[in-house]
Amino acid sequence: MLTYKNKRLTMGTRNTLVGLSFILPSFIGLLVFVLIPVLFSFILAFMDWDGFNEMTFVGSSNFLDIFGDRAFKSALIKTFAFTIVTTLLTTFAALGLAVLLNKKLRFKNFFRSAIFFPYFSSMASIAVVWKLLFMKDIGPINQFLGMLGVANPPGWLASTDWALPAVMIVYIWKYMGYYMIVYLAALQDIPIELYEAASIDGADGFQYFWRVMVPMLMPATFFVVLMLTIESFKSFDLVFAMTEGGPGTATTLLSNFIYNKAFISFDYGVTSAASFVLFAIIAVITLFQLHIEKKMSN
Amino acid sequence: MIEKKNPASTVITYILLAALTVVTLLPLVWMVSASLKPDIDVFSVPIQWVPKNPMWSNYTTIWSKIPFALFTWNSMKLSVLITLIQVTVSSFAAYGFTKCNFKGRDILFFAYIATIAIPWQVYMLPQYTELRIMNLGDSHTGYILIQSFLAFGVYLMRQFYQNIPNELMEAARIDGLNEYGIYFKIVLPLSKPVIATLSIYWFVRIWNDFMGPMIYFDSESNKTIPLGIRMFIGQYSTEYGLLMASSVVSLIPVIIVFLAFQRFFVQGIATSGMKN
Repeated sequence: MLTYKNKRLTMGTRNTLVGLSFILPSFIGLLVFVLIPVLFSFILAFMDWDGFNEMTFVGSSNFLDIFGDRAFKSALIKTFAFTIVTTLLTTFAALGLAVLLNKKLRFKNFFRSAIFFPYFSSMASIAVVWKLLFMKDIGPINQFLGMLGVANPPGWLASTDWALPAVMIVYIWKYMGYYMIVYLAALQDIPIELYEAASIDGADGFQYFWRVMVPMLMPATFFVVLMLTIESFKSFDLVFAMTEGGPGTATTLLSNFIYNKAFISFDYGVTSAASFVLFAIIAVITLFQLHIEKKMSN
Repeated sequence: MIEKKNPASTVITYILLAALTVVTLLPLVWMVSASLKPDIDVFSVPIQWVPKNPMWSNYTTIWSKIPFALFTWNSMKLSVLITLIQVTVSSFAAYGFTKCNFKGRDILFFAYIATIAIPWQVYMLPQYTELRIMNLGDSHTGYILIQSFLAFGVYLMRQFYQNIPNELMEAARIDGLNEYGIYFKIVLPLSKPVIATLSIYWFVRIWNDFMGPMIYFDSESNKTIPLGIRMFIGQYSTEYGLLMASSVVSLIPVIIVFLAFQRFFVQGIATSGMKN
């Protein structure tokens, strides 16, 4: 153990050693199981390797392969569509729910918990439940649509057009409660004086919402949109558990493409190259959004 | 006044909320209902919300048809062990990052934050290869190692420790406590709320983890509940009742944790998200 009694060490060295001793257990783990794999992945992106035979250096050819690959382009487009739709709808849903639940209501906690709960339910369980709910001919959702008089309800997971929207619905259902809590926390921070001042000025509910709440919630909205963009861009397990990317490639997102390259084609170089493309896109989006946020708050 | 005075808007709010709550909970209710039916009744028209002859035997069959007890034990063991390691190591590191001053500290912390931003897909495969090289492929030890040292825990803990006033440490230092003493005697007792938050998060996360075990565990004896559930989905036929019963069972610990500690979750979201 390092103590202050060790007189031979200078104060600065001692502080460094003590500080590092706290961080060391965590850092060794992070280094071995995250940082080194990330570095290894970067090297692999320029290699040809199947995980067993000799590695060969191939330069940028993995990246050229990807950009010439129609499956990759299709996955990229679907990932963008998925991200844009789920981010927008989840943000609106979360904001709406938070505004409703910020009022003085009975059973407020019950409503809150109920809407928050799907976030904690396991993907493996809820994916199979929704899969059954979405079944084409006998599923409860289409039964219900039939009752409402919809003559040709969509085929959902069996249809190449409707599979992705079905997955989006489940995504929004699962995550809106989480971001609702973020908004609720932010709503707590709006000073009551603003509310009173708006009242005195004769503002109605809508005016209060647009003129006071929305601007005051801007930082929270930036956070929510940023998190949702990142999370939906790399989302994977929901699609995997519900459709495994199908039918055909209708729901094959970038992450599913990467998974298939790794564990089905054993093309480790292309896997790493594609994963860095994913990372680069996320990084660019993040920096762009942070830039806008900075600009707007000035 | 802006709201409250308008009874119509209050009624609309209640109706909206009630409708949204029903829509949110209905899939889960349907799951419970289907778990008590024979396969043939699962999709009966119209939907039978309360089964006429509840088939409780679904809940006993799951334990004998597949090694569900073993999977439950594996899930429990992994969730508890990983949470313990993650919380201990993170809280220790967070103290180093907030309360000890030394050169290079902030650069090191930046490396931590950067790893949070890197998608798991980037290092999923090298991690898998690394564990295989270390002879830890398809083992609980390997899975524990890759899930216990993620930077998020350090980040969350640090957010909390930053709010502990430095005067407290100074006073303790003057009283002759060394850094380890301060950590164990002063900071650790103060950090119960954030320890609770991180523990619950990590427990639920590992309990629900589906991709990790799917990639890492090949042998049946290593598998966890999320993988077990999928064993009822056959290539040609699916045993719906058993599938739903096992799903319900998998949710029970999460429901208990959720109801008991919900406020910590809420606190955690506020801490991790909004204060930077």
